[in-house]
Amino acid sequence: MSPRAAWRLEGLGFARVYDFVPGKAAWFAEGLPKEGKLASAPVIGNAARPDVPTCAPAEKVGAVRERVRKVGWDRCVVVNNERVVLGLLREKELASDAEATVEEVMRNGPTTFRPDVPVGKMAERMRVRRVRTVLVTTLGGRLVGLLYRDDAERLAGEQP
Amino acid sequence: MPISIFRNEELRGLVEEEAAQLVDVLLREEYEDEHLPGAINIYLKELDCETTATLKQDAPVIVYCHDYQ
Repeated sequence: MSPRAAWRLEGLGFARVYDFVPGKAAWFAEGLPKEGKLASAPVIGNAARPDVPTCAPAEKVGAVRERVRKVGWDRCVVVNNERVVLGLLREKELASDAEATVEEVMRNGPTTFRPDVPVGKMAERMRVRRVRTVLVTTLGGRLVGLLYRDDAERLAGEQP
Repeated sequence: MPISIFRNEELRGLVEEEAAQLVDVLLREEYEDEHLPGAINIYLKELDCETTATLKQDAPVIVYCHDYQ
């Protein structure tokens, strides 16, 4: 729609017309400010835990396991130097051979969600699908945090 | 010829530094649900001399819809 709108405006005499091609979805997906009736509804970007442990694909599973358990977590997100999500280590993968590399055992390409998804909608989805956690990333795939169903349900329950 | 922009930073720069005017061309209901800060709503099919009369001709105008539509 926006390309046609841009051409139409130019035809109406506007000299400097820009088309923001990715649209409002891209803006909201980065957790940037918005206005409107739904603007204040809690979203998963605010509920996800940004302090979830991360590791690199080349690390040894044993070292990662030790580090992750030391800080009381049972999940570790595999990221590259740009913090783009590549994989996930759950309890099962963390219990793998200590000498294996993360890349060898990680769950490849886990499903991720954008930060602007309403928390109530996500809580319901996680409940129906019996999912305990989901990853939240920016549109470009950078890690925002790990969302626990408990957190999503609590936040959704606080809505008026 | 309209200029395509792809990054949020480009949009923000045009708004903050050049007082660009934001136009949401989606349906009224979608606009009312959520829109970019400061945007006005003129539905694509209603873009004409009358509905755009409040826009400044000498300032940049940025149009957007939902996504790559």
